[in-house]
Amino acid sequence: MGKKVLSESALERMQTEYNEWLAEYKQALQKMPERLGRFSTVSDLEIKPLYTPQDIEHKDFFEEIGFPGFYPFTRGVQSTMYRARLWTMRMFAGLGTSEDTNQRFHYLINHGETGLSTAFDFPTLMGYDTNSPLARGECGKCGVAIDTVEDMQRLFANINLEKVTTSMTINPPASIVWAMYIANAENEGYSRSKLGGTIQNDCLKEFIAQKTLMLPPEPSLRLVTDTVEFGTREVPRWNTISISGYHIREAGSTAVQELAFTIYDGITYVEEGIKRGLAVDDFAGRLSFFWNSHIDFFEEIAKMRASRRLWARLMKERFKAKDPRSMLMRFHTQTAGCSLTAQEPYNNIIRTTTEGLAAILGGTQSLHTNSLDEVYMIPSEEAVLIALRTQQILADETGVTNVIDPLAGSYFIEALTDKMEEEATEYIRKLDELGGMVRAIERDYPQMEIADAAYHFQQQVEAGEKLIIGVNKYASERRELEFVLKIDDTIEKMQVDRTNQFKEKRNKDRYRRAMDELRRRCEGPPSWENNVMPALIEAVRAGATEQECCDLYREVFGVYTDPGTF
Amino acid sequence: MDIVEQIISGDVRATARLLRDIDDEIPTSKEILKELYPHTGKAYVIGFTGSPGVGKSTLVDQMAILYRKEGKTVGILAVDPTSPFSGGAILGDRIRMQRHFLDAGVFIRSLATRGHFGGLTRSTNDMVNVLDAMGKDIIIVETVGVGQDEVEIANSAHSTVLVTVPGMGDDIQAIKAGIMEIGNIFVVNKADREGSRKTIRELRNMIEIGCRRGGSNGWEPPIIETEALKSRGMEELHGAIEKHRSYLLSSGEDKWKEVIEKRVRIQLIETLKDQAFRTLLDRMEARGDSLDELVEKVVDKKSDPYTLVQEIISRELG
Amino acid sequence: MEKGRKLRILVAKPGLDGHDRGARVIARAFRDAGFEVVYTGCHQTPEQIVSTAIQEDVDIIGLSILSGAHTYSFPRIMELLKESNAQDISVIGGGIFPLEDIPKLKEIGIKEIFEPGAKLQDITDWVTTNIQPRQAVALKAR
Repeated sequence: MGKKVLSESALERMQTEYNEWLAEYKQALQKMPERLGRFSTVSDLEIKPLYTPQDIEHKDFFEEIGFPGFYPFTRGVQSTMYRARLWTMRMFAGLGTSEDTNQRFHYLINHGETGLSTAFDFPTLMGYDTNSPLARGECGKCGVAIDTVEDMQRLFANINLEKVTTSMTINPPASIVWAMYIANAENEGYSRSKLGGTIQNDCLKEFIAQKTLMLPPEPSLRLVTDTVEFGTREVPRWNTISISGYHIREAGSTAVQELAFTIYDGITYVEEGIKRGLAVDDFAGRLSFFWNSHIDFFEEIAKMRASRRLWARLMKERFKAKDPRSMLMRFHTQTAGCSLTAQEPYNNIIRTTTEGLAAILGGTQSLHTNSLDEVYMIPSEEAVLIALRTQQILADETGVTNVIDPLAGSYFIEALTDKMEEEATEYIRKLDELGGMVRAIERDYPQMEIADAAYHFQQQVEAGEKLIIGVNKYASERRELEFVLKIDDTIEKMQVDRTNQFKEKRNKDRYRRAMDELRRRCEGPPSWENNVMPALIEAVRAGATEQECCDLYREVFGVYTDPGTF
Repeated sequence: MDIVEQIISGDVRATARLLRDIDDEIPTSKEILKELYPHTGKAYVIGFTGSPGVGKSTLVDQMAILYRKEGKTVGILAVDPTSPFSGGAILGDRIRMQRHFLDAGVFIRSLATRGHFGGLTRSTNDMVNVLDAMGKDIIIVETVGVGQDEVEIANSAHSTVLVTVPGMGDDIQAIKAGIMEIGNIFVVNKADREGSRKTIRELRNMIEIGCRRGGSNGWEPPIIETEALKSRGMEELHGAIEKHRSYLLSSGEDKWKEVIEKRVRIQLIETLKDQAFRTLLDRMEARGDSLDELVEKVVDKKSDPYTLVQEIISRELG
Repeated sequence: MEKGRKLRILVAKPGLDGHDRGARVIARAFRDAGFEVVYTGCHQTPEQIVSTAIQEDVDIIGLSILSGAHTYSFPRIMELLKESNAQDISVIGGGIFPLEDIPKLKEIGIKEIFEPGAKLQDITDWVTTNIQPRQAVALKAR
């Protein structure tokens, strides 16, 4: 393959034989028609019955495919990929109290997990302490409750924070939770320059999809840029944003929409960093991404391959990045929660395996494989072990890690990769036209595109055009699993008491001074002198709770509610 | 207590239920409206109109905050479009007014157009009367915001606020014709955006032309720049509304009387049209004439609309 | 149904969970079934939901929840409806619930629970069959 690899005569023969095959195919269908009226991906992208070298005839191997670790990185971000080091096996975990979650962390590490990933409960995600009236009934249900730096200490007790990298799924309050992480790590004797990990910190996709809403878009971007700037200067091993398509997809988007909106969010963060006065090559290398791996196997692989090429090209051409590291689309992947079924939950193991395999063939840097019971609740120990073992079996037994980007050169995969890039580029053009992502969000553009896609998919399911085993084909009744995790409702009171006691014993003067300084910086124009991070680290050390810092944010920056249009 | 007493004493449940009956055109609701009418005339009615996405709901939310700070009670009617395909509707304006959900001094009701054109619903004026009788000091009506023919609000409200955003040039062109008739106050929301100067300049030109033509009646509509999401310009907008109100009230009896007469006249005409049509329809139905048959006659060229209507009128009313 | 009556339904998301895919899809389905749907957006407290239901005079409230916090919010909503003398407003739920919780939710008066995999058509049909818009208010108290 390569530009004009096929000679004129070969092309001619290709066309002739293709036509012969097509005639034969059509004739055969006379006797036995196609099983489906239309073959399409889970995103409803139409798929042809057969792909041939003609579908990729226009391709230039060197420009578009190339070699792993080399521009445009279609085949992978490292030259060695999984032959040197496997992806990080990073299971999203958080339940009940900080002690419960710490115990789960140790359990996972003891069973071979290689990185940590923290799930917070809804009050923490939304910037409320457990004692807030808005937090009633939520404590520890969907993750761990973190109100104070003491909770953070309990969460990471007996874990070497310079050895293990930690991902924290937190968005509007990301700066505060990161400050708690840094303060705790330093209290434990680690150096901030050696800390490695990721805060999700992707406020834009919250407006678009996940709706963990707190501040309006502009101040949200300012806080994100503060963390990017602080990370660049002080915590160089930290990924300060995990630009996330996952939630966009879970909200019902197509694969192309996930790709396009997420990459455009990335464009927006880069622009903000540049506006702050940072050089693109100083911070772009610390931006990381997060994809969903849905059930449509080839579509996902194509999406991931296209994402690398698209990002590399954008960074090079649009932002004039020089350092190849700025062009690397490094990403975490989670298998699709929305593909799991409550009916016949053991089937979810098979779904997750398929999706995990797609992520590996797509070249992911880290992976969370869903547990079979994650459709109901945060996973039980039994289920999470199966999910972790799924990754380990894929890594060590199947042989798919022996070779880099094994699907490259497949007529279908390359054509689908091109299609993904092409359609995403069209969305990017449209978003440019709308005046950028913030403006588009204000007009509800991405939200509406996703809601339309979600409704369309649901209608296809109801019409039987998209099949889900156990749901609309071989439909079965739901049965409870024997191991469903229960979060005790009484931990709420315990956590409330703990936080209240913590607040009582803090030094009032030091706390006041720290909060005044934080306010001063928030009210000032965005700059390194007004960067919130140093003030936050002091504030949480001085005993500020997560909500107290968020309340200050809300006071200074205003509150954003979802426009909720249809 | 009967329903009238309940509503006058401010009962939320009773009020909410009557509003529904009015909207659904349940005949008994007219009887209740009759009894409530003597208790109306105290509220000040403010209209907000403008295209979708200009931030009407957020402005309404912000105005409600300011009126609540003054100790005034607020009623809000927010209109969204009905789907022409199913007759259903999704009503989401109140999402942007959440802070008032637990405030007993604020009553919010979402309405669907149900095929009515002009920016409001057929029931809006009656509903304003109910909220007035209920004792709300300020009643804010937010129009549907789908077209530029939303002139009804100007006849329903005492003060009408016309909202636009920078870069909506077509909007201004479209409102040009009736600009002085609709808006007493103009708002350029999202004024931090590019093009805001230009939009303000265009508006100012149009207002000046309108004033010169004598459409102003002594009131020169102000242009207020706002950023509703950041609460910027809200005091100014509130001030402008209050200024318009005192203009109406203080420029002798005339202006106020004029506005009141205009509102009553419109409502009278609308009610008359509505009732006359309904009465005619009922009588025709009683006779066994169906609208469908008449339509068929015209389609088959057996008759024409003019002759048919004449026949009906002279038969039923003549 | 009285002539002119339209069914009004409140689609609400109690709690801090922002996963509104289900709520938005079902709101559209209700609209397409010809109902007037009041949508509250995410992050509603039980107090806000009940207050909205009363002001909007809905016939039924549809609650969407995935977070597991239904053990608090559902009983609280039923309690508030009772306190407001508004038990005539029906309540249904959709989302993920442990199986053992479902009979408990029905016991406190939740009319129906729709689990993952429930068809939109089945949900709208259920509402059409089981929910009657209320009677007109009378001028004089009966």
